[in-house]
This record gives sequence, structure tokens and C-alpha cells, in this order.
Amino acid sequence: MKSVLRIMAVMRKEFLQLSRDRLTFGMIVGIPLIQLLLFGYAINTDVRNLSAAFADASDTHLSRQLLADLRATQVIDLHNRVATAQQLKAQLDGGDISIGVYIPEDFDRRVIERQRDAVQLLVDGSDPIILGVAQQLTAVPIRFDSQVSRRERESLVVVRSYYNPERRSAVNIVPGLVGVILTMTMVLFTAVAIVREKERGNLELLINTPVRATELMLGKIFPYILIGLVQLVLIFALGWYFFEVPVRGSYLHVLIAALVFIATNLSLGLLISTSARTQFQAMQLTFFFFLPSILLSGFMFPFDGMPVLAQRIAEILPLTHFNRLIRGVVLRGTDILALWPELLALVLFAAITMSLAILRFNKRLD
Amino acid sequence: MLETASEFAITATGLTKKFGSLVAVDQVDLKVPKGRIYGFLGPNGSGKSTTIRMLCGLLTPTAGEACVLGKDTRREAESIKQLIGYMTQKFSLYDDLSVLENLQFVSEIYTLKRSYRSLRVGELLEEFNLKPQSRQRAGTLSGGQKQRLALAAATLHKPPLLFLDEPTSAVDPQNRRDFWEKLFDLAEQGTTILVSTHYMDEATRCHQLAILDAGRKVADGSPQDLSEGISFRVIEVEAAEPNKARGCLSTVDGVISITQLGMRLRVLIPKKQRDALAKVRGSLEREGIEASATEVRPDLEDVFVAVTGAENQPEFPQ
Repeated sequence: MKSVLRIMAVMRKEFLQLSRDRLTFGMIVGIPLIQLLLFGYAINTDVRNLSAAFADASDTHLSRQLLADLRATQVIDLHNRVATAQQLKAQLDGGDISIGVYIPEDFDRRVIERQRDAVQLLVDGSDPIILGVAQQLTAVPIRFDSQVSRRERESLVVVRSYYNPERRSAVNIVPGLVGVILTMTMVLFTAVAIVREKERGNLELLINTPVRATELMLGKIFPYILIGLVQLVLIFALGWYFFEVPVRGSYLHVLIAALVFIATNLSLGLLISTSARTQFQAMQLTFFFFLPSILLSGFMFPFDGMPVLAQRIAEILPLTHFNRLIRGVVLRGTDILALWPELLALVLFAAITMSLAILRFNKRLD
Repeated sequence: MLETASEFAITATGLTKKFGSLVAVDQVDLKVPKGRIYGFLGPNGSGKSTTIRMLCGLLTPTAGEACVLGKDTRREAESIKQLIGYMTQKFSLYDDLSVLENLQFVSEIYTLKRSYRSLRVGELLEEFNLKPQSRQRAGTLSGGQKQRLALAAATLHKPPLLFLDEPTSAVDPQNRRDFWEKLFDLAEQGTTILVSTHYMDEATRCHQLAILDAGRKVADGSPQDLSEGISFRVIEVEAAEPNKARGCLSTVDGVISITQLGMRLRVLIPKKQRDALAKVRGSLEREGIEASATEVRPDLEDVFVAVTGAENQPEFPQ
């Protein structure tokens, strides 16, 4: 009973302080808003309008037909014409273009003979995404008897896209962003909340009172759980409003996934706070954890494409599991129980970090 | 045995704390009687704070035992916390909460009964003269107000034992006087107070005190006992040219220290030196320095210099 009273006391105090800390208050709303708009509009893996140039040495009806077809794909913006392949290379070197199209003098004959390559695409392959786009361009048909080819099957494989038929990146990004934003704000807020007390000397007073480590931690965590939920609602509301991202699964399941994930991040924040001496250190440690989370969790790059070692590391990161959970529930409408291994991983992570934090938070100074 | 033990709020034997190779507190024995103001006097880094922290159970002693209000500081640190009030060197309440909110928070942390909480907080606001500031943020208070608030918070749950770690380092003399009035009131009501300070005037006001130097307890007793028990004579020399007199006196046999106070010099000479006064006078006369010398009662500052500074004065070899 006394325990509950003390937890309530810490909570009430934390709320009072939060309501007076305008910067933190601003961050609670500002971070989701700005990041959602930024990532939602800026990150686009569906590449269009790459700058390109061409050198057409044959200048025949067929070559012009090919160039028109390439323009029609809208993947490249084939705006300027140069005389030679060397000039294309120079523009590529200068970073003016990402793709150069070279059509040789004997283009027509090569097409008819179908023995040698008829067209060359000069690609800035340093960016794998652009290389991938260039591969798409090779599918453009080049033949004289174009009427005939229409009837022939170009490929026997057909793609049927589920869950995101319009290929909008935002649909994939927004649920992922929930995890990214919660990781950033929840870990940072809690870590800083305790370290701040250490820095300002409040902790020296607190550890001389009967308040227990567990009570202090719980009292500090609860207000931030609430803040996490506010952010969750905010992100989905904005995602729905700006990017028409649907929530296909049950809201209850989204809530469960988010609550477990928030608890995971808060306990990690507490663990960080027991090691950091200053708010700056707490921030550094948070970012040490945040960066791999963003890059390896499958938020930015598909998980399966990563090397095995990176995948192993990613399995340790809570964000990886949350991404699978939230994308499953939100985009595919999966039942959360079907994703139980991810849920279990999060619960385990939270339990371990929380225990470590409580063990490490000593009420003694040595 | 039990009878004698209960006379003391704090007993410690051989209390030692090492941080790596640094010995912060070295074999300190303490007996702090109940209902008294007990002072820790010592320069910065003499181990005052470390000793207090060990007594509160915040630091584990490297060696030695301490018993606070009948409880062992190693094993019963948590139950000691209900019984003590602690005022930190630095203001440690919340700057962004109001005076009232800070006190309310502390009353909740000590789980005072709901009906009693607001009553007690109101009582403290009145008692510590903080009523006009009750809605003001603690961060905007003056040094004296902050200190009153901190003491109010430390005494909120009416602890029988108070630890005050250099409580007056950031306040003006008037506030210090008021503060000490408060401490005497509390002692009157039966509270034992352990206060650390590096101010002589404050140390003089304690019922009893221990002088700490480089982690060791070099003297303890009441201020009067300490002054009388000193093994030095204090000779006060009043001179027109104190600097010249100082140069001359430093050559006198056995002089331990010379402290200048305006036109006067306080000269410490061991009691075992015979005819110290005559020697001082003779030496001044030989040099033709116009000065008068008289023996005076040692004060606490002299005691402090005698017990701590003696071996740190290479210019006057003994």
C-alpha cells in the first residue's frame, strides 16, 4: 500500500514537471509530426525521373522509337542528347546524369541479327537502387515487327502485389515509423529523466528517503507509457490523413503490440540511465542504440537482404520484432497471436533490461 | 550495555572509506549523544561528507562499524531512512516545482497519512516562514529561502536524527543566524543534529564537535573543552607594522603558526616552551619593533590550526 502511494507520488511529480517542460512537451508532438511528413514524403523507393542523357549514333526510325519507349516508362528523364559515348561517360563522371543510353551506328543491323548487344546503358552503379532501375529498362522490347511481339508473351511470370497494390512507399514507411519514433522518444525521455535528477542532485535526496528503486522506476515509467500511446494515435491519425495508410488489423492488437514495445524501450531507457552520468552521455548512448535500430530493423532495408551476421544483430533489436508485428497487424491484418514469437521476444527483452536496470540502480552511491 | 548505547544517536568505531588508493575517511570513532547538535569541522576534502554518507547508509564503509539509532548501517540502511532527515550540500529539491508542491511530494514519499499531510505542510510553511513563497517555483527562491525549504523538507516527517551537510555554505550571515536558531529549536525538541561546516563561528555553536583533517578525526569534545585542552599558548601581538613583527616572530623558538588579524598577530607556541611570552617580548625588543604582547585564551580557530595545521607548516620546523 505504501509502495503504491510512493509510486503515485513519483508519477504525479513527473507529470507536473512534464507539463512545465515545454521542450519535451513540444518533442512529444513535434517529433512524430515532422518525421512522419519528412519520411512519408521523402523516402520513396519507387524511383522515377532519374536524370539521363543519350547518344544516338544510328538515328533511325527504330532508335527513335526505342528512345520514345524509354521516355514513356517515366523511370528516366531522357532530356539531353550528346554526340558520343565518351561524352555520356563524362556526364556520368560529373554526376550530371545517373543513366546514359548509347545507341551504336549499326543499331538496326544488330537488332535484326539479334547476335550482339544492340544498346548500352551506362549506369552510375554506386547506388544499387539505380542499378536496379536500369535492370527494369532492359525489359523494354526492341524489334521491327512490333505488331507481332504484342501477341507473344514477353515473360511467363506475372507479379500480383498484395497489401500495397499501388506500390506506395508510405504504406510501408508509416507503420515502421511508429517503431522508429517510439524508440527514439521513449528511450531518450526515460534515460534523460533519471539522469537529469542525478545531474541536478535530486537523486541524492531521493535515495535518502524510503522510496525504493523499483517504485522510483515504475513511477517514472508510467507517464511515458501514456505519452507513447499519444504518439501512437498521432502517427496513425496523421498517416491515415496524409498518406491514406489503412489499419487492416484490430485496433486492440495494435495497442497490445505498441504497449509491449513501449515497455521494452522504457526499460532500456532506464538501463541507460543507470550507466550515464550526464544527460549528454545518456543521449550518446541512446543514439548508439538508435542508429542500428533504424538501419538493421527492416525499417529501411528488407531484412532478408542483409548478411547473416547483420540479421543476428537485428534479432537482438526490439525494433526488428516490432516492425514485423506492426506491419503484420496494420498492413496484412494478421492476428497478433499468429506473430507470438515476435511478441515473446519483446517481452523477454523488456524483462531482462528492466531487471538489469533495477539491479544496477543502487540506492547506495558506491 | 543497552542503557549506555541508547544515550547515543550515533556510534561508530574504526569507520574507514577508501576510494581506490585514496583513503577518504580513516579509522573514525564517533559517539554522538541524543538531542545535541554535533558538528563536523574540517577543510574541504577532510572526509566530512563521506562520513555523513556512510552514516546514512549511502556508502558502504571499507572497514569499521556504525550504528545509527540502534540500527546497523550496513544491514539496515533502508529502515534508517525512515528515521533520518538529510539536507544535501547542494539544493536538491525540484527547481521546477513550487515550494508547496515540493513539500507535498516529500510528504507523499514519506507516506504521511492523507489527512495529516496538508496539515503538516501548512505547519512547515508557517514555521519556516515560506507562506508568501508557497506558489513560487523553488528554482527562483533566494539562497536563504532555498535553505529554509530544504530544512523544512528534511524535517517534514519529524525524524529523530538530522544530517546536515554544509547547510549554510550558500547563505548570508543573517540567514545563517536564523538557521541556527531553528536548529536549537529542533534540538530542544529532542532532535539529534549532525552538521558539517567549515565555518568557525558555526562550530563554536555546536554542543560538541569533531575536527576532521585528511580523513582522520584529530580532536573531539565541546568547543570549550577543546579550547582548554589545547597544548599551545596563544600570544596576541599588536604592532604598528605587523609584517615586520611577523618576520621577527618567525625566528622565535617553537612558534607553530602566526595568523594575522588586522593589526594583530596570533602566535601559537607549545605549552612546553617555557617563558614563551617573555621570549616573544624579548625578540620584539631586540629588533626594535614597537609592539605589545599578551597571552590570550585560545579560541576554536587556534584549536583548529593547532590540530590540523601543525605538520603542514614547513617554515616553522618543530
